Amino acid sequence: MKYVDEFRDPQLIGNVVREIERRVDPTRHYRIMEVCGGHTHAIYRHGLSDLLPENIELIHGPGCPVCVLPMGRVDDGLAIAQRPGVVLAAFGDMMRVPGTRGTPLELKAKGVDIRMVYSPLDALRIAERAPETHVCFFAIGFETTAPSTALTLMRAKTLGLRNFSIFCNHVTIVPAIRAILDSPDMRLDAFVGPGHVSTVTGCRPYEFIARDYGKPVVISGFEPLDILESVLMILRQLRAGEARVENQYRRIVPWEGNMPALRAMAEVFELRPYFEWRGLGFISQSALKLSKAYARWDAEVQFEVPGVRVTDPKAAQCGEVLKGVLKPPQCKLFGKECNPEHPVGALMVSSEGACAAYHRYVHTEQLTTA
Amino acid sequence: MCLAIPGQIVELSSEQPLLAKVDVAGVKRTINIGLLDLDDVHAGDWVLIHVGFAMSKIEQAQAQDQLQMLKALGEDQLAIEEIRGYKFS
Repeated sequence: MKYVDEFRDPQLIGNVVREIERRVDPTRHYRIMEVCGGHTHAIYRHGLSDLLPENIELIHGPGCPVCVLPMGRVDDGLAIAQRPGVVLAAFGDMMRVPGTRGTPLELKAKGVDIRMVYSPLDALRIAERAPETHVCFFAIGFETTAPSTALTLMRAKTLGLRNFSIFCNHVTIVPAIRAILDSPDMRLDAFVGPGHVSTVTGCRPYEFIARDYGKPVVISGFEPLDILESVLMILRQLRAGEARVENQYRRIVPWEGNMPALRAMAEVFELRPYFEWRGLGFISQSALKLSKAYARWDAEVQFEVPGVRVTDPKAAQCGEVLKGVLKPPQCKLFGKECNPEHPVGALMVSSEGACAAYHRYVHTEQLTTA
Repeated sequence: MCLAIPGQIVELSSEQPLLAKVDVAGVKRTINIGLLDLDDVHAGDWVLIHVGFAMSKIEQAQAQDQLQMLKALGEDQLAIEEIRGYKFS
């Protein structure tokens, strides 16, 4: 209960924890996957696993955009950056993700024009102000972020901007969940569903998990109480032998999602036949590319990208951690060669990556109290 | 990456209907509101902001909850830094 003082309402937390203890069947082991990296971060940050009975295991899912991006795509983005006259713009999280020959930040230090932006609209603005350059935005993210890229592209089209493109790496969460459910080495009992992704997608896309696979899904908020309540809702369903999609995060997530966002995505993107995910391999219809109407702004059409498949450094076990087969400290490189200052794998880069969160909130604490 | 920052719309733009000025913990910046139902956006509304876009409208109490959550996660400064970083207007 190390962080309990920081909870906003310790008494409410205590009530939910006791209710969980009452509902839990001591004779079985529960494996619950939190899909979203934001939840993973919150779970480590607040030491929530320590509050749960020992036979409830939280498995960290693939919901961290930079973590699931395979190294070959990083290399492709960096190859675009090195073309003459090109400015590559990327989110801060992306800047420290290693490619084969270093991170975007390291390449920038060598003089390649790579700029960190907080919004795709900032990349568009750079293009407007510097017509002599070509600005390519390295787009990553799940459905939370894809609508913003879509609106940025619609703006580029309205402006008739020719010196702007998107290197599109947007992925969709549902096919990844399906791949995990179909994977023979993954035995899961239920899912804590993503919060902000679901503000866009709504709750319906998860219905197949309950209907076809018989697993409960509870869309959850990010506060400690939200996550614990979601675990309790899952236990209630399991106890009753039910499998439904429930929305714990009703205060933010509408059941039907965000229609303007879904419409913008439908106009600008189409599904790729398949896309490679770190750790999960190729998953069909799991990522977005620009539709034909927007091909003029598609960096993969404008430039020849190498498109080489690159395997992760052998010793790093990012894939196993991403699938929930290994816990972060079970990777041979964890806390040694791979640490937040010098990440070898992407899971150590983003604050939503399981390794970075574990290192920051569990590992460092163990070192200081040992 | 999926960081969502609560802010209050303080001014709508008559020239650029997709843009609005927001206040996030005292920091004022312009964001894009094109992902909202534009017929239902008014000065004074609270919204969740992600990479320069308002993603959804929320109640004031929820906005304060969300801000608390960012503080609890130690991400409030990160959020302010992001808001300050928007340079597209």
